[in-house]
Amino acid sequence: MKRGLRDRVRALRVTLWTLIIPPTLWAAHFLFSYLWAAVRCAKLGSFADSPAAFAIGTVLALVLIALAGILAHIQSRIPGDPPPHESGTDVDRVRFLAKATLLLSGLSFAGVVFTAMPVLFLQDCR
Amino acid sequence: MYKYKVGARRVRRCEKGVMRRARRIFGAMAATLLIAGCNRHQSALAPFGAEAEQVRHLTLVLVVGSVVILVALAGLWVAAVRAPEGRLSHKGGMRLVLVLGALVPTLVLFALLLYALPMMRPRPVSRADLRITVTGEQFWWRVAYQPAGTPPVTAANEVRIPVGRTVAFQLKASDVIHSFWIPGLAGKMDMIPGRTNELVVRADVPGRYRGACTEFCGLSHARMALDVVAMEPAAFDRWLALQRRPAAPAPARGQALFAENGCAGCHTVRGTGALGTIGPDLTHFGSRLRVAAGTLPMETEAIARFIRKPDDAKPGARMPAFPHLPPDDARQIATYLQGLQ
Repeated sequence: MKRGLRDRVRALRVTLWTLIIPPTLWAAHFLFSYLWAAVRCAKLGSFADSPAAFAIGTVLALVLIALAGILAHIQSRIPGDPPPHESGTDVDRVRFLAKATLLLSGLSFAGVVFTAMPVLFLQDCR
Repeated sequence: MYKYKVGARRVRRCEKGVMRRARRIFGAMAATLLIAGCNRHQSALAPFGAEAEQVRHLTLVLVVGSVVILVALAGLWVAAVRAPEGRLSHKGGMRLVLVLGALVPTLVLFALLLYALPMMRPRPVSRADLRITVTGEQFWWRVAYQPAGTPPVTAANEVRIPVGRTVAFQLKASDVIHSFWIPGLAGKMDMIPGRTNELVVRADVPGRYRGACTEFCGLSHARMALDVVAMEPAAFDRWLALQRRPAAPAPARGQALFAENGCAGCHTVRGTGALGTIGPDLTHFGSRLRVAAGTLPMETEAIARFIRKPDDAKPGARMPAFPHLPPDDARQIATYLQGLQ
């Protein structure tokens, strides 16, 4: 069963579009956080008195980024030569893109956490 | 051969000269840093307020942390250069980059964020706390004390605060952007025309301190300073009650000259006919520490010179010059103003 899942993941098409999923989620979370805070401060004068929606959005973004990272990790372990994956072969192309996606997932995960912390800590429009 | 030897000697002499000059420059720089450490009245490293104390603590943590990281990194560089070739496998190298290049910095930055964020929470403020509205003008400070439930008290170019009590500064600007910074009290905050920014502080150590405008606002930006006095609460209450009273000037020729020369068109002296609001309120001018927003000493000659030629002390000041005023008349006005206690 486990092996079947891994094979299915490895059979997925890896493209530049899958590469940008984690940073896009990070960007969306960043925009959501700042716009939400700005709008609530402008309209109500407080932005974190009911942070449940923000917490759910943050957890969702983190889960999706982690998922993208796990898939990329499985794909990056397709058998082949060790890095750098610089040959013009299908395997090297997949492994390069998967490794890059994995690293971007890590960066995006940290970025989302770093964006969320001020919102949860400050809770004040001043 | 002969020529070559002379050339080499000259080069050596020149090199010695350059080294001597470099030593002097670095020595002067180090001395400047050390002398700056003696500043106790306008320094973020000599805090007298709770907020500035947090800033100082954060600065120390960051500096010590940076030094530790720098030393560790330098050690790694030396080890990397001295290590024999092939000591580290490709996989081991990649792991080192991942751990020391990505994981450790992320964790360190995360820890610093967790440490610093609580400090960024503004101090809570209640309706009962003293509010002081400070408005930045080119190149002075309009100050209004607003204790809860009483009418405001207007002053200028000097801020007095009670120690141990929360004070909320309401910061505004009337012409261009200024910035309000009392380094020993709290971080700085911009004063933006059309907006009111709030800075909540608490002074802990009584004393005389200094603040400054820290956003370039015109020709005399560098001469837009602010005297700050942190007082015991009882002394502050007495001082504020005195400031609330109108001026009680002794009859003097200076008062008549003040009126004759139109000073009242711009300045208020409560209790007299002077009601102008364009320039600083002068009701208790003589009780202030310095003149012209922390620029000149509270001395008759300095005040008289400023009245006749304000541009000499503060280029670009909006106060009109009175060069036609006889120096003795200017001194008479200065004496009158000093008497406004």
